[in-house]
Amino acid sequence: MIQQILFLLVAALGIGLFVWQVRKIRANILKGKDRVMGGSVSERINKTLLVAFGQQKMFKRITPALLHLVVYVGFLVINVEVIEIMIDGIFGTHRALSFMGPVYDVLMATNEILGALVIVAVVALWWRRNVQKVHRLSAGVEMRAWPRLDGNIILYVEIVLMTALFTMNTADLKLHQLEGVDLPGSFPISSLLVGLFPENVTALHALERVGWWLHILGILAFLNYLPSSKHFHIIMAFPNVYYTRLVPQGQFSNVDSITHEVKAMMDPSYQVPAGPVDADGNPVVQRFGAKDADDLSWLNLLNAYSCTECGRCTSVCPANITGKLLSPRKIIMDTRDRIEEKYESPLIFRPNQYNGEIGAESEDGSLVRGKVTPEELWACTTCNACVEACPVNINPLDSIVEMRRYLVLEESAAPHSLNVMFSNIENNGAPWAFSPSDRFNWAEELYVAEK
Amino acid sequence: MADLAARGEQPEVLFWVGCAGAFDDRYKRVTRAFVRILEHVGVKYAVLGMEESCTGDPAKRAGNEFLFQMQAMQNITTLDGYAIKTIVTACPHCFNTIKNEYPALGGNYEVIHHSTFLQQLINEGRVKVQGGESYKGRRITFHDSCYLGRANDIYEAPRDVLAALDADLVEMKRSKANGLCCGAGGAQMWKEPEPGKKDINIERTEEALATLDGNAAALENLYGVESGNAGATPAKGNGNGIIAVSCPFCMTMMSDGVKNKERESSVQVFDLAELVASAEGLNA
Repeated sequence: MIQQILFLLVAALGIGLFVWQVRKIRANILKGKDRVMGGSVSERINKTLLVAFGQQKMFKRITPALLHLVVYVGFLVINVEVIEIMIDGIFGTHRALSFMGPVYDVLMATNEILGALVIVAVVALWWRRNVQKVHRLSAGVEMRAWPRLDGNIILYVEIVLMTALFTMNTADLKLHQLEGVDLPGSFPISSLLVGLFPENVTALHALERVGWWLHILGILAFLNYLPSSKHFHIIMAFPNVYYTRLVPQGQFSNVDSITHEVKAMMDPSYQVPAGPVDADGNPVVQRFGAKDADDLSWLNLLNAYSCTECGRCTSVCPANITGKLLSPRKIIMDTRDRIEEKYESPLIFRPNQYNGEIGAESEDGSLVRGKVTPEELWACTTCNACVEACPVNINPLDSIVEMRRYLVLEESAAPHSLNVMFSNIENNGAPWAFSPSDRFNWAEELYVAEK
Repeated sequence: MADLAARGEQPEVLFWVGCAGAFDDRYKRVTRAFVRILEHVGVKYAVLGMEESCTGDPAKRAGNEFLFQMQAMQNITTLDGYAIKTIVTACPHCFNTIKNEYPALGGNYEVIHHSTFLQQLINEGRVKVQGGESYKGRRITFHDSCYLGRANDIYEAPRDVLAALDADLVEMKRSKANGLCCGAGGAQMWKEPEPGKKDINIERTEEALATLDGNAAALENLYGVESGNAGATPAKGNGNGIIAVSCPFCMTMMSDGVKNKERESSVQVFDLAELVASAEGLNA
């Protein structure tokens, strides 16, 4: 009974704390500008099933895809056992789902095998990070001490959780063996481990409880660690993929306020619709492009909270490959850091910031110049490689273009040669300094010229 | 186009030449090659000539949305004035902008990139790619344009065109959706690259040359090329070959790269339209 009350208290505390954090993150995301979505729900669901549930884009790289798949499937299936743990915890039952008989046997056996595979996969993933030092996981200014530690903490937690599970199962199994009673379920891995456990009933009973509590406390603690971690993607990947832009990647967003202005210039009778107003009914001065994180759309901010920091975007970025400053991953991580810095941090602890390492360029610490330098933004070729590479459909290019719009339209801070290009287009209708009257010269040596 | 309209006629397609097609000396040859193909198959086409203006693509990618929309509205007015329905262009940037970004501003057209157009002509048997220069046994590698490939999912049309040439088509490791940019998109064409280890077009040219040469060691040394990706290590080549492109920016960047590597005597950069025109015996 004490255990039940204790369990309920801990579970309510853990889940409540998690909900509190998620609500703050949601508020942060909603600081972003509105964005018209378009596209059909069925297409969105289809994408979510393929890319988020089906891990479709992970398989661009086969080794990490397989290792990740093991951990992902393990997570999904072992959750069934977590449900049982919850039920047992609340009602004081023991292996509440065992009434399912043969199905329970299969479930437990699958769990155990997956659990063992998860440990193997996690060790391999740790090896890739720390021994093999896969370039994209360790290189880059944005991969500071915390993001690297974060990556490892998750792996350590997985090991602890799996160990707890096996401790619980093995102790329970041995306990039942000593008492000569059949334990419901089938335990292919734990039955190999029974030899390692003591013959003492009291010790076994304690071990079973330690395993049980460690597993559930671990899960609750991990749940509350998620919002501070890149591991938050296990939740955010799903909404993020659901809200993917469903237009061709080459189609950049249209700025409606500019459309109205241009139309009014071309046609004086054009009625510009009223823009947004503040609480007093005065028109809100809108900024062109994005100077700060909250000038971006909520979709860009949702992207930022879905980032797994895997660096696949950066590793295919032509600018980054050839040694330029731009790293799409950094843009995304900067956005998340900035939105948390500007608004109250939703996290229990706040480890992500640069802490002034970069960004002395702006007084107010805004995203552009505060974290992201114009040099990074101008290095982008808008080639969409980062967009294509992201396993959870993050679009760093969208944010980059918004920030370029701010630099050009608000600060007139484009590189000189681009300003020359702009004035060529304005004056000659071509980005090069050629006269429009020469536009047909290509046909001179061709028989179509006289047409 | 104005002449055609004056005669009260309507073209089947409007050939959108684009600024590079009109002004860039190298790409003017592509424009002429494509026009020869159009004449050869008897498609009734027109060009806007001096009434054409930049689509605004470089302005938009560089963040100058205002200038982009001014250009777009102006072009839409011209196109709608002639009641244009179908547009074909050899420039993936013009293609992408008119196809994807003009509709939001009221310009709705069927837009075809010349690689798709050529593929259709070949499929319909209107172009036989025989009778001119033969590409049999020559090594060709196709460099995907970002604004054709990733931006608009057109990967097969240019490859089908090349396959019709009966050449020895070899794929770079970074191809199709994983293709590496030539380095000119997003208005990079008009500015110096930011400081770095090397220029993007050099990296891409090195990959193309190593693929044509069958130089596996050089390929492994390129940063970011992971083994296990699409495209097997090619067999040893003879050092000669063709880099096929379908975009004026890629043309400039790859040609500069080949010059930089001093390989212009053995490796040439051609647009799909040029390859088809010369295979069809349409060289002027």
